[in-house]
Parts: sequence; C-alpha cells; structure tokens
Amino acid sequence: MSEQNECLTYSFNVDGDNFTSAGEASVQVKRILRRIGFDPETIKRVSIAMYEGEINMVIHAGGGVAELFVYEDKIVMKLTDHGPGIADVSLAMQEGFSTAPDNIRSLGFGAGMGLPNMKRYTDEMVIDTKLGEGTTITMTVNV
Amino acid sequence: MKISEVANVLGAQILCCGENAGKEVCSACGSDMMSDVLAYVKNQAVLLTGLVNPQVIRTAEMMDMVCIVFVRSKEPTADMIKLAEQAGIVVMRSEHRMYEACGLLYSNGLNGKTI
Repeated sequence: MSEQNECLTYSFNVDGDNFTSAGEASVQVKRILRRIGFDPETIKRVSIAMYEGEINMVIHAGGGVAELFVYEDKIVMKLTDHGPGIADVSLAMQEGFSTAPDNIRSLGFGAGMGLPNMKRYTDEMVIDTKLGEGTTITMTVNV
Repeated sequence: MKISEVANVLGAQILCCGENAGKEVCSACGSDMMSDVLAYVKNQAVLLTGLVNPQVIRTAEMMDMVCIVFVRSKEPTADMIKLAEQAGIVVMRSEHRMYEACGLLYSNGLNGKTI
C-alpha cells in the first residue's frame, strides 16, 4: 500500500492457474473499504465489479494484476492482464455472450454476464484491449 | 424469518456460524449459476444452491448474503466452511431438492422479492 496525492493505492496479483483462489483480491478489497468506512452500498458495488473482473482474468487471461485506487470522492479499479485480448468488445458487452469453456460453466460462471455486470455496478468503465497483447479494464465508482 | 427457522423448515443441518442463526432474513434466491446471482440478485439474504465450490461462498460474501443452503445433501468442503466462517455466513445442508426447498421457504413466508 502507498499513499500519494491523497490516494490510497493497493495492488494484488491474480493467480490465473487457480480458480479456487479467484476472488481473494476482491475479499481483501471489501475488507479494506469496510475498514476505511465507506457505506455498504458503495462497498458492494466495488466488490462485485472487482470480483467479476477477477473471475474474468482467471477464466480468460491466465491471471494478471488488480489495482485499487481510493480517493476521497471515488474508487478506481484497474485490472490488467496479458491474455489474448477481446476480439469484439461490443459483442462481449452483450448479456449472454460468452466464450468461456464448458468446465467453467459447470463451476457456476461463464454465463456472459461478467462485463455487463461490471458496467452495471460502476459509474464508468473503460476497456483497452489489443489482440494477442492483453486487456486493461478501468472502472470507477463515485462516492 | 430467522435463519434458525430456515433450518427448521428445511430440516437442515447447520454446518458453521450457528451463532448467527438468530439473524432475521426476509428474502432468498435459488441458483446454481453464480453469474446470475451476481447479475440479478438484490438484497437477498439467503442463497440456495446445489453447486459446491469456493466461489459460492465468495459470491455470497460479495452480495452481503448471510446464509447459504446446500440442497440435495451437497457437502461443502472444509476449505469452503473455513471461508464461510471468516465471512460469518451461516452454512447449512438440506436433503431437499432445489425446487422443494424453495417451495417450502416460500410457502412459509420467505419470498424472493424483486430481482
């Protein structure tokens, strides 16, 4: 954790080889925000968006890095991976569209709700993706 | 309805966090798709599921749910119980199938509320 320009910064490695541990960063984020004293609804929105992003990174990209930037008036999440990238972002944003394999569906995910859900629970979401290089998703929740 | 009454109605065995069974719950949802729970559920306190993996506990924690019912006698792993204990979530197991378990809770006053 570091503190600069009135912003608390946290960084978490997301293990892409272990579906069981997916969500550990989100649990930590939830506890951090609770400790700081944000209202429950804000914490829930951030936690769900972060969790969906984390699951996506594990399913599709072999893991990556999740960063959290806590400002007085907003919370920013930045999820960076070096996976295959998203071929068609507008298609990926459609509810129900998924490229997840069947084994992921049997684990309760891969229904094509991840990205739409991340957008639904945040005030702003920016997807920067390049095929073969990876994806960075930046989400903002205003406080 | 108290969580302890949920256990009574379902004839369920409480597996952890029984000290929280006095909490009141007023809504529930049943699903094996955690994606749908994350997408559509709002303010549901009880999750009924037949899915057994740690993401069930994490999903419930993210959604601020306070009770998970494993239907069809599904047995959560020791790791899952540990996660639930850390989150303070009451976990129970019922012999009923999903449809029956949901019906019993609904007919006893625990509705689904708006999704």
